[in-house]
Amino acid sequence: MNEERITEKLNILADAAKYDVSCSSSGSKRKNDNNGLGNASNGICHTYTEDGRCVSLLKILLTNHCIFDCAYCVSRSSNDIKRAAFTVQEVVDLTINFYRRNYIEGLFLSSGIFKDADFTMERLVRVAKKLRTEHKFNGYIHLKSIPGASDELMREAGLYADRLSINLEIPTEAGLKLLAPEKNRQDMIKPMGFLNKEIIQRTEEKQLFKKAPIFAPAGQSTQMIIGATPETDHQVLYTSNYFYKNFNLKRVYYSGYVPVMNDNRLPALHTSVPMVRENRLYQADWLMRFYGFKVNEIVDQQNPHLDLDIDPKLSWSLRNLQVFPIDINTADLQLILRVPGVGLQSAQKIVSARKFGKLNWEHLKKIGVALNRAKYFITCSSVKFERRDLTGSAIKQYILAQSKSKYLKNSVTQLNLF
Amino acid sequence: MTTLIYDGSFEGLLTAVFEIYEHRLQHIKIEKGEWLATALFEDVIKVHTDERRAGRVLQGLQKRLSAGALQRLYAVHMAGMDGEDINIVGYIRYVIDSVQNVEEDYGNRYVLRVAEMVRMIRREKHRMEAFIRFQKLQDETFYSAIEPDFNILPLLGKHFKNRYTDQKWIIYDMRRNYGLFYNLHAVEFIALDFSTTRPDNVISTYTEDEGLYQNLWKNYFNSVNIPARKNTKLHMRHIPKRYWRFLTEKI
Ligand code: SF4
Repeated sequence: MNEERITEKLNILADAAKYDVSCSSSGSKRKNDNNGLGNASNGICHTYTEDGRCVSLLKILLTNHCIFDCAYCVSRSSNDIKRAAFTVQEVVDLTINFYRRNYIEGLFLSSGIFKDADFTMERLVRVAKKLRTEHKFNGYIHLKSIPGASDELMREAGLYADRLSINLEIPTEAGLKLLAPEKNRQDMIKPMGFLNKEIIQRTEEKQLFKKAPIFAPAGQSTQMIIGATPETDHQVLYTSNYFYKNFNLKRVYYSGYVPVMNDNRLPALHTSVPMVRENRLYQADWLMRFYGFKVNEIVDQQNPHLDLDIDPKLSWSLRNLQVFPIDINTADLQLILRVPGVGLQSAQKIVSARKFGKLNWEHLKKIGVALNRAKYFITCSSVKFERRDLTGSAIKQYILAQSKSKYLKNSVTQLNLF
Repeated sequence: MTTLIYDGSFEGLLTAVFEIYEHRLQHIKIEKGEWLATALFEDVIKVHTDERRAGRVLQGLQKRLSAGALQRLYAVHMAGMDGEDINIVGYIRYVIDSVQNVEEDYGNRYVLRVAEMVRMIRREKHRMEAFIRFQKLQDETFYSAIEPDFNILPLLGKHFKNRYTDQKWIIYDMRRNYGLFYNLHAVEFIALDFSTTRPDNVISTYTEDEGLYQNLWKNYFNSVNIPARKNTKLHMRHIPKRYWRFLTEKI
């Protein structure tokens, strides 16, 4: 390897890939049962960037050459930047050598579009195939599929990759038309449908025949850029919900738009990244996936935006005070999960611990419940109930006064945005 | 107040519990280590580790705890957290004194404390699985030095053996001066004598491309940062500073 050249390529192609936020390495159960290298079953973050994001995979582009010109993308053809392209072998060597040193859990490979979708996709698949067959590599592989790639290539990709993703990029079709007129939303959705069918079919085969090959065991995910176009959270979350339901997506990622381009269709260059909003969307998404919330409980036509100053669960609770107070010592797990300040783990601990005796405030505190929020919504074996007859907005004020949210300072500048 | 001094082993601790019951002790302190002169002025029992007595206590625990809970208890003791033996003994006594299995009674302070300790150990084990950085030596062994807060090295063997089946590796705990060595077949405990090895000797034993990959990794780490999103507090919370000197990208 030519050290200088490979270093330069890595710098260019890692830099270009960094705005893609889907970097998780979990959800697969690939075992090391071929006496080879690695296993994909842990989802370990090996380091954290200075902006605090987890680094778990070697996330690079195969190339940043691109025939398209999407306004939100640094690699777009009209952008005057240095271009580079890895060879298949270079990506394989980097992956193996980084993995052996325990730097990474595997590879996340994406690409600009060389010539056409299939030409590009074929190379991505070749990297994965080489890793799996020649190097007996069992680490995590996430391929970003190229919209418009043929079914045959998608099928092959599914045999070698743990996860496949096609980024929706912009939450609505209209937004996409505005910023990426050459791109076609149907080209993104069609392969998602194909993969979904294929995954379901392969899972059924796997149940019948133990030896059937695994197919994209970590499923598919997608990403939406938030804040590049004027969609509401209502539109964003309904889109997520639609894709979770209809395509069995494992994750939807929300990427706060980082202004990198001067283009009058986009927020101006100095605009700050909508980090609070991004964070609230993840919290809302989390509530839908793990806490049994329906999307219309979180946002609807009347409340199209998530509150920026409080989290979406607290927000829901304040709009639904009639549900409370909840008795911690008798309520169902599902209800306890709806109490602000009670997380998944504490909820489970509560349900286990109360078999041994009634829980009081002291117990709840020890279990890890954030009482400064929860106390307005629950009763326990102690007599007093904090809420008395406080209104929702009074509770909100009390809670805000007590908790200095780490986002509070940012949110002032955030609010100016809209 | 009675002080029990034991040898630091799990068996020793179980023997101590046996003696607590035998002498019907209520208020106790428990310490690891040698008989100290100052201890003469207090009410002190020197615990002689005894297989039979320890076995009796172990049987009692087995009857009232799931296998998993017993394993966790063992790991908590092995981890060697300062000043925690008293809580471990408190837990054991609570388990033995209860008629039913109380391992999930998080309303009890000992049960909760042991659960907390398990969480701390898991967290450090997990951190080590993430932050260990191997360097390739000329004989194709991948070497890594660590300094974990707790003694969690024995908990790491399985993870790395499954992961790196086809490469030899060493993980060395510099603080406790022992390591794990995987020889392509099995994991064994080893002790290295660093006093005789000069640092420059160690460096020269790395493979030629070791420097290349370390530099590439450092470059990668810098390239993926998004300055517009800089968040130092979050960064530090994820990678506490004490781990930095072992992280290739942070050196
Ligand atoms: S097709 Fe992909 S790489 Fe090319 S400009 Fe659009 S978003 Fe960027």
